[in-house]
Amino acid sequence: MSDLITGLVFWVLGVLAVVSGALVFRFDSMARATYALAVSFIAVGAALLLLQLDYVGLVTVLMMVMEMAVMAIYMIMFMGMNPALMPMSMVHSRRTALGISAGVFLVLAAGIVTVPWPQRRAAPAADLTASLGETIMGSKMLVMMGISPVLFATVVAAVVLAAPRTRYDRFGDDLRSAPSDPHHGGVGR
Amino acid sequence: MDVVGVSWVWAPAAVLLLMGVAAAGAAFSGALSAGATGQRPVAGLLAPAYEAARLMRQRRRVLLGADRPLWRGGGGTLLVAAVLMVGVVPLGNWTLADLGVGVVWVNAVDVLVWAAAWLLGWGANSAHALVGAHRYLAQALSYELPLMFALVAPAVAAGSLRVGDIVAAQSQLWFVVWMPASFALFCACVLAFSLWGPFSTGSGPDLAGGVLAELSGVDRLLVLAGRWALLAAGSAVAVALFLGGGAGPLLPAWAWSLLKTLLVMAALVVLARRLPLLRPDRLAEVGWLVGLPVALAQLLVVSLVVLGRS
Amino acid sequence: MTLEAVLLIAAALFSIGLYGALSQQVVVMVMMGLELMLNGVILAAGGLWWFLSPSPSGHLLLLVVVAAMTVDMAMGFAVAVLQHRTRGSDMTDSATELSQ
Repeated sequence: MSDLITGLVFWVLGVLAVVSGALVFRFDSMARATYALAVSFIAVGAALLLLQLDYVGLVTVLMMVMEMAVMAIYMIMFMGMNPALMPMSMVHSRRTALGISAGVFLVLAAGIVTVPWPQRRAAPAADLTASLGETIMGSKMLVMMGISPVLFATVVAAVVLAAPRTRYDRFGDDLRSAPSDPHHGGVGR
Repeated sequence: MDVVGVSWVWAPAAVLLLMGVAAAGAAFSGALSAGATGQRPVAGLLAPAYEAARLMRQRRRVLLGADRPLWRGGGGTLLVAAVLMVGVVPLGNWTLADLGVGVVWVNAVDVLVWAAAWLLGWGANSAHALVGAHRYLAQALSYELPLMFALVAPAVAAGSLRVGDIVAAQSQLWFVVWMPASFALFCACVLAFSLWGPFSTGSGPDLAGGVLAELSGVDRLLVLAGRWALLAAGSAVAVALFLGGGAGPLLPAWAWSLLKTLLVMAALVVLARRLPLLRPDRLAEVGWLVGLPVALAQLLVVSLVVLGRS
Repeated sequence: MTLEAVLLIAAALFSIGLYGALSQQVVVMVMMGLELMLNGVILAAGGLWWFLSPSPSGHLLLLVVVAAMTVDMAMGFAVAVLQHRTRGSDMTDSATELSQ
């Protein structure tokens, strides 16, 4: 693909990501806000594909669409009222927040435009996904070995925090009774 | 046999072919339905076409307060997802986009169906549709991990995430022979992500149609066509990943790809009509306590074989 | 497509997310702001990686950011569920006892 088309596609994706990101905080409907964020993530994932980050780009899309689909349920579950029916402000210190974020953007943009960016130091590998895999399983294995217990601890901690019933509620004080669940599971327990 | 990428000019042809396969599946199902009610099966072949014509003429009705952009966006996404999925699947030796991460692409596209199914139910502003949407989402949480690990097995065996490499790696032995559990799980998940058969509780008759309850006219046609297209695209992926792609005697490679896809789809249609509906709340335990360990055990076997070979 | 363009888009995403995280009252909306900030971080990291030093180690760093996002979301949802169950509220303003 020529540079011109790539640049054009990137700008379309970038503007789409920013506009849908801004719409997240403009929509009254929780479902629309959540899916606007999903669109923003899909646009960034596609932009990463343009940067040859195939694996990371697709994983971002995969994870974030999944997450937003679940997030929409949470939004509707937790919002006691429906802002679409009853417009109300759900923000605090709006002007301060606007000021801070506009200031941050200006500082960042000034830095981006004025810093003399260096030239690229190394050529990319021929097969980037394969080189990523070899790095994970080779010299940088410790990074992923470190992340996996963190993720496992997250799973355990999140379930402990969120689950309303403990195993004593399910199996009785001696942990030997038949499980008392509101619905029986599919494998005959 | 090497898979070569063809120009994007062929994309419309691929879409037409996908729709053709989807229509063949719908016609086959129509014939089975006619046969089951004592009519001549041939009479049922055209039933989907009549239904499509009727829906195209039907006036769309929309409930008050429906979220039209989300609703219609969800309906259209099903068809778009099917087209995107088939973009990385080779037809014989030709493929539209032989991505280096084709398997991840298939997985990312199937997740779009989660969102689409939920949006379909939410946008309609109807209680039945919303219950259906939640059922589909709950079910998706049960089948997604077995599906991911079923997809990983052929990638590990071929040592590549590229669908073309996976097809090439099956020149000696089709993967279905030594990873049958992954194949079976994947086929079940194809039914699940096309919202079909035992996995169609979200649009079941007990909910007066669930997410389909409020759809009418072209909207309904788009969703029904999207489900058939997803079934066709999923069958095509199964052929490329497990059944050797275009490999076969006498006929050219593209014909074998097509023939195998049609056969897999026909088998899934017959199977889906015979299986009972699976309740999503029960499916959760089945997916996590049976499906996931089976997929992992199969992956372990595949990994050990690959290690032993190298 | 230049490095500056990628970074500008990323900075815009980050700032919008920052606005949301600072101003929203509902916990889940605050988390959406945080997600948007991380979205900008991923894009910026991807741009820096491709234009300055496309080495496998940098690629790995992006995966670490993605993993951080999952941890953030999982714990955020868990705390939101807990807060909703114990006091029937989903507002950040009602979870201030740690500041006293």
